[in-house]
Amino acid sequence: MRRTMLFLPGNTPNMLINGDTLGADTIIFDLEDAVSPDEKDAARILVRNALRYQSYPGCETVVRINPTDTAFWKEDLRAVIPLKPDVIMPTKVNGGAMIREVSACMAEVERAAGIEEGTVKILPLIETAMGVEKAFEIATADARVIGLFLGGEDFTADLHCKRTKEGNEIFYARTRLVCAARACGIEAYDTPFTDVEDMEGLEKDTEFAKSLGFAGKAVISPRHVDIVNAVFSPTEAEIAYAHDVMDAIEEGKRQGKGVISLRGKMIDAPIVKRASQVLEMEKAIYGGAQYE
Amino acid sequence: MSKLLGSLKEAIEKTGLKDGMTISFHHHMRNGDYVLNMVLAQAAEMGIKNLTVNASSIFDIHEPIIGHIESGVVTGLECNYMGGKVGKAISRGILEKPVIFRSHGGRAGDMENGSSKIDIAFIAAPCADNMGNCSGKYGPSACGSLGYAFSDAMHADKVVVLTDNLVPYPLKDTSIAEGYIDYVVEVEQIGDPTKIVSGTTKITRDPVGLRIAGLAAQVVKNSGYLKDGFSFQTGAGGASLAVAKYVEEMMEKDHIKGSFCMGGITGYLVDMANKGYFETILDVQCFDLKAIESIRENPKHQEISAMRYASPAAKSAAVDSLDVVILGATQVDTDFNVNVHTDSNGYIMGGSGGHCDTAAGAKLAIVVAPLIRARLPLIVDQVLCKSTPGSTVDVIVTQRGIAVNPAQKELREKLEKAGLPVKDIKELKKIAEEIAGVPKAVERGDRVVAKVLYRDGTLLDTIKNTI
Repeated sequence: MRRTMLFLPGNTPNMLINGDTLGADTIIFDLEDAVSPDEKDAARILVRNALRYQSYPGCETVVRINPTDTAFWKEDLRAVIPLKPDVIMPTKVNGGAMIREVSACMAEVERAAGIEEGTVKILPLIETAMGVEKAFEIATADARVIGLFLGGEDFTADLHCKRTKEGNEIFYARTRLVCAARACGIEAYDTPFTDVEDMEGLEKDTEFAKSLGFAGKAVISPRHVDIVNAVFSPTEAEIAYAHDVMDAIEEGKRQGKGVISLRGKMIDAPIVKRASQVLEMEKAIYGGAQYE
Repeated sequence: MSKLLGSLKEAIEKTGLKDGMTISFHHHMRNGDYVLNMVLAQAAEMGIKNLTVNASSIFDIHEPIIGHIESGVVTGLECNYMGGKVGKAISRGILEKPVIFRSHGGRAGDMENGSSKIDIAFIAAPCADNMGNCSGKYGPSACGSLGYAFSDAMHADKVVVLTDNLVPYPLKDTSIAEGYIDYVVEVEQIGDPTKIVSGTTKITRDPVGLRIAGLAAQVVKNSGYLKDGFSFQTGAGGASLAVAKYVEEMMEKDHIKGSFCMGGITGYLVDMANKGYFETILDVQCFDLKAIESIRENPKHQEISAMRYASPAAKSAAVDSLDVVILGATQVDTDFNVNVHTDSNGYIMGGSGGHCDTAAGAKLAIVVAPLIRARLPLIVDQVLCKSTPGSTVDVIVTQRGIAVNPAQKELREKLEKAGLPVKDIKELKKIAEEIAGVPKAVERGDRVVAKVLYRDGTLLDTIKNTI
């Protein structure tokens, strides 16, 4: 479950220590844009030490590394992979070859550190026109890839257009990414809403992203976490319905029925799949992990 | 007849101030107060020695008092709060006699019952007439409420009003009336009103502080007290104010109308009252300029004295009708005792103020604090100074969990049922130590530099010198 993926600048110790208390399902330690070039080494050391000494119960850890055309990305991987973050986020990904290059470097560090190859996953950040056009290729480039993540700011700069709150300029990229991800059986995650103060706009944008098929959304402010979590959480009615579906399935099995219906409607495989996803989320959200 | 005198020197002479006496001050000008320094400088010039200063609070602006202690002008100090600059000097042992710390309610109560005797009270008044009617609401140095000065005016042998805004008799809208006042002195400036704002009256933007505040608001909601008639006090710290913001959102959503908010008043609480979330504001002290404007203009915004606020000697005080108070802490121990007097190294940098008064009075006392501050765990085996007894503290809220006083079983069950991360206080301590390590014990000397009196006048704890 990655309803919210919260970016935390890699050079802020207070955030690194407390990242898991801010309510996000996933925290992204940022070594890239949030860190100025003269602080890259400091941030890398801080993030490495945070992963070494800190535990993040109930929270997935992602490290956003520097682009592969910089001098920093391999150093980033060498520093953090031995500490086994859950996921690496390569940036400005524009094709499958880049994913394979990053994956190969990760494998090298994993082997050297005595970690099983493929342990750390990849969530590519797609933020160029080329990246969007090659979304399917990227999604299928390596077994480590668990999803596709849209970066709207750089993408619109690449398109030579203005980023707006309405988001018409990223509509194509959003739907293309969702479709490519779903085609490969992985998830798609939406770009952050960048106006920190506009909670109404955030809710609207998040609801729209959910309606397109995104499974979650990145946030750049901890203050956005609760709203995005709420949008991507199943409603009470959805949870109740999912329980009813599962109960009906159980009852049907007991009675040896082939076709099971609920409230006059046949329960088919997609409905069962959706119900079990809702129940998994219910367990993750309300099974005591909500505020942990 | 006029009580107006030509100078502060003349007033001091007329009051008969002499060696060994106790003089008192109030702190509504906060870190902008000029009066305490002005009086001590004059007393020193007149060769008076061996004075005891009883000030409701000592701020960093009162640093010159250190020189007066060294020269023997001041040999005793009593207060409810002490800022870090003077606190450091006291902690190092510059004053032979221990400082007496009281709470805001305890100070007023001890004056009422006669155990704290004031010879001469000096009242900084933003406006006054020539007979001593005075108020904090008007004038270039307006500070709003004069809440803490009432008991000084009522119980001191002699009372001097110092003002930089002398108005024709009679002053309209008087706070402290002429019947208590002996002399009036006009001075150039009683203080700098821009320094009344302590810098802690804005809602925090720190995500961890906001997380703590969000959890604290959930505690308020699920405690059952958040319903029509709800009364609420919160401090001026950024995280405490953030609790108010979240509580306001809940009140809006559930259409709850509260009865009163109280305490040091900030613009944020004024806004909440103006939006209809509270019927009345009970104000013992204004924390910012918006609160000062409101107490002047808004009839719902009432000035209250320290006696009415929190005195245990009174037949009742407003704290006794309070539902929920949000408090801070520098340390909390596993018995829920709270330290707000010293920092983690044992240096004095605060004081109870109304902390122990409101904890004792409120139905639900919530302490909010980050679990780790500057590498040090919040929760310890034993606090360096017991400012507020653990028996009066109900809940500790940190970003990594909520500890409920074992005496509050029902409350704990309610919070657990609501899915809040309730943890044993020892478990929270362990989590903090796993992150920050176990701090080395702070070494302190064996000289008592301060005595902390509980609101009923009994000795709660002592503070030893730092080495």
